[in-house]
Amino acid sequence: MGLKKLQVIFYLIVLNILLAVSANAEAENECFEKVSRGIFKFNQGFDNIVLEPVAKVYNKLPEPVRNGTGNFTSNIATLLSIPNHLLQGELRLAGHATGSFVVNTTIGILGFGNPAAALGLENQKEDLGQTLGSYGVGGGCYFVLPILGPTTLRDSFGMIADNQYLDAFARVTWHEKEIKSLSGNKLDYVGVKAATAIDFRGENMTNFESLEKNSIDLYAATKSLYLQDRTKKIKNKSSSDDDTWGELDK
Amino acid sequence: MKKKLFFLLSFFFLYCNSLLAVTYNSEPKIFIQELVDDAIKTLSDKSTTVEEKNAVIEKIATENVDIKALGLYTLGKIRKELDEKTINNYQVIFQKYFLKSLTSRLTDYSSQKFQVIESEQKSSNYTIVKSKIVESVKSPEIKVDWRVYTKNPQKPLIRDLIVEGLSLARTQKEEFASILNSNNNDVNALIKKLEEFVSG
Repeated sequence: MGLKKLQVIFYLIVLNILLAVSANAEAENECFEKVSRGIFKFNQGFDNIVLEPVAKVYNKLPEPVRNGTGNFTSNIATLLSIPNHLLQGELRLAGHATGSFVVNTTIGILGFGNPAAALGLENQKEDLGQTLGSYGVGGGCYFVLPILGPTTLRDSFGMIADNQYLDAFARVTWHEKEIKSLSGNKLDYVGVKAATAIDFRGENMTNFESLEKNSIDLYAATKSLYLQDRTKKIKNKSSSDDDTWGELDK
Repeated sequence: MKKKLFFLLSFFFLYCNSLLAVTYNSEPKIFIQELVDDAIKTLSDKSTTVEEKNAVIEKIATENVDIKALGLYTLGKIRKELDEKTINNYQVIFQKYFLKSLTSRLTDYSSQKFQVIESEQKSSNYTIVKSKIVESVKSPEIKVDWRVYTKNPQKPLIRDLIVEGLSLARTQKEEFASILNSNNNDVNALIKKLEEFVSG
């Protein structure tokens, strides 16, 4: 049996476990809270020493440079969104994402510009974790990964499968597979992911500071925000329709 | 004579207090717009000290946010098991905690421009007012929804802020739940944490 077949069987087994776990567990259950809190502290240290200072310098760059970086990383992320839109049966959004990628890569000069937005083309980010969520797969339990941050069983499985099979950019760079004479290496992949993280951190400087200053349990606040954000993205809704207030009014 | 003077002074203070009380329009969309404009004006007033600004913001919040309901909501299901005295103790410290974190949060965002977009009535009790923090050089556009409690249509009260689809009340509730879970649901442990935050 080939290695690829074994890999597929492995993923199917993991997916099966995920489905079983999600049927019995709420998304907010922790896999191993003590370990996750430890990793969260490590990530905070990494943020304080590396990410935040770099993001502060990044924020001092001229606005067009920052916008260009954000557009470039966002355009590359579209390559992962397209197959996931299709897997979710969202043909209109898949069309928009494809159009956005083509326009921004060509007219937008490798994605540094965003003329697609002016044309009204939507570019909503999607990944396999969201796709599985839209199929009704629950998050499973919650945990924190070093550097990568908060995740759930479903989302970490999705992240690995995205990297292995769905993300064309990861195929070309991380896995060094040539597609239509396009080639890259692991450094390209890490570089783009690092730029994405710095751009995100730079854009959310005030939000991070405010959250850190006003939380009495930052780990729990981050977990709540992560899980709410994933639910919102799975439902493709920009506002919360959560009405857990009802019980209070009875 | 002393009694008369006492009543006169009491009446005078009550009158002054009623003049100081800020009343906003009862239509949720206008209510939020007026309230946010007022808060931003207060925070960006260079002629007042930080303490004066905080005092005004706290007054606005005390009168227009349903702090009591927010306190009960963030306490979660455990509130049903607690006696009145414990709930009251919790509410006192929760109000202090809420006002301190609110003024801190508002100060963080006060330099940005707010725009109220529309409102959507969810039920007779709730209206969601949609607004946004306008994009600036420092930060991208941020959508902010306000959950307004309209059971008394003449006196709308804010119950939650939903930033980019993320509910601050829910985040707070889950934060408190985590503290309670790790302390055998002992509400005194939560009260202690809140006291530490307030005095910190």
